[in-house]
Amino acid sequence: MCLAVPGKILEATDLGISRIAKVEFGGVTRQVRLDFVPEAQPGDFVLVHVGFAISRIEEEEAKRAYDALLEFEKEMPEDA
Amino acid sequence: MKYLDEYRDSGVAHALASRIRARVTRTWTLMEICGGQTHTIMRYGLPDLLPKEIELVHGPGCPVCVAPLELVDRAIEIASRPGVIFVSYGDMLRVPGSRSDLFQVKAAGGDVRVAYSPMQALKIAAENPGRQVVFFGIGFETTAPANAMAVWQAKRQGLTNFSMLVSHVLVPPAMRIILRSPANRVQAFIAPGHVCTVVGFREYETLAAEFRVPIVVGGFEPVDLLEAIAMLVDQLEDGRAELENQYSRSVTRSGNGPAQQLMDEVFEITDRQWRGIGPIPGSGYRLRDEYAAFDAERLFGASEIRVQEPPECIAALVMQGLKKPVDCPAFGTRCVPERPMGAPMVSSEGACAAYYSYRRHTAEVAR
Repeated sequence: MCLAVPGKILEATDLGISRIAKVEFGGVTRQVRLDFVPEAQPGDFVLVHVGFAISRIEEEEAKRAYDALLEFEKEMPEDA
Repeated sequence: MKYLDEYRDSGVAHALASRIRARVTRTWTLMEICGGQTHTIMRYGLPDLLPKEIELVHGPGCPVCVAPLELVDRAIEIASRPGVIFVSYGDMLRVPGSRSDLFQVKAAGGDVRVAYSPMQALKIAAENPGRQVVFFGIGFETTAPANAMAVWQAKRQGLTNFSMLVSHVLVPPAMRIILRSPANRVQAFIAPGHVCTVVGFREYETLAAEFRVPIVVGGFEPVDLLEAIAMLVDQLEDGRAELENQYSRSVTRSGNGPAQQLMDEVFEITDRQWRGIGPIPGSGYRLRDEYAAFDAERLFGASEIRVQEPPECIAALVMQGLKKPVDCPAFGTRCVPERPMGAPMVSSEGACAAYYSYRRHTAEVAR
């Protein structure tokens, strides 16, 4: 129920009362509301829940955290 | 897909499992709150990757599972009325009320429709001005901004035929109930990453300090959950009890400001009944008086239905981490997803349904 799926903003349109975007999820495009992520721009990844983006993925933070995991995988012997 | 595939990487997952094995010196019981996380844990067989010292128990974080029987009966009653279009997230349709479910209402000619977003219900209302459109607004904090937006926009658009049956629940009050229970076994929590995306994690810092319990905000992919477990095991073995954030690509300390602002405009805190647990003070949202015109409970009148849960169902114990689904004598026999006895067997995120889907063989061996 609390599932949120990451997708990439292809284009955003301002409708006055709300801001909507075309968001791509692995080849499928859907319309998503951007009301809660006013800072999000085309090219950004957002997490989408029941038709609304609830966060803009912090790309630098995601890269830093994942690089740390990869680094750690290299150091970790297979059966420690 | 970016931000999904890499968090399903088997090499990283095994390295994390090795790190946990290397660190653990005694038994620890960890609880993930969110049903989405329960689903990932069972789907990817994470308990089999972990050392036997680590036990995962599954919390009450499935809104479909904790929606009280009375409310399901109320939904069925409203959906059965002539002229009503009842719109719901799909998961709610099979949840058994005391005598029926929403699917049966639909089969009997009721206009029950499934939506993936509350905004679809708003569109249906605008297109059917002569009909009353009722949306079943269930969910945790994650779903609250979207449901709040639907009500806020309905008011702005001047819609007079749209209302919401609100069953919103909040995670921290349920964690307090679990932590205060004399029978509590949970020594550390994985906090729900999407709930925290919306509300931030300040309240979880308070919980960690107040109960001296380690809490890690975790994501929803197998690597996310293994990393969160590794962080919790580090804390437990070090004797620390802190709030840490594994899901930093989405979660910040203060959460989503615009979403919180709208939730606060539309909703206020109320006591809520949790199926399988009972009443919890201050554990949910209801619509503020300014939005009373959109409140289905007020519009359709109060019902005085009082109903009993099937006595054999141990859902309450499962959702507090005191029992596993396979401990239930009805599991997989008299209680299956097609004929659920209790709510955790209904939604795919319910602990019983997740065990049934992915661990049937283990359960059969265990019997």
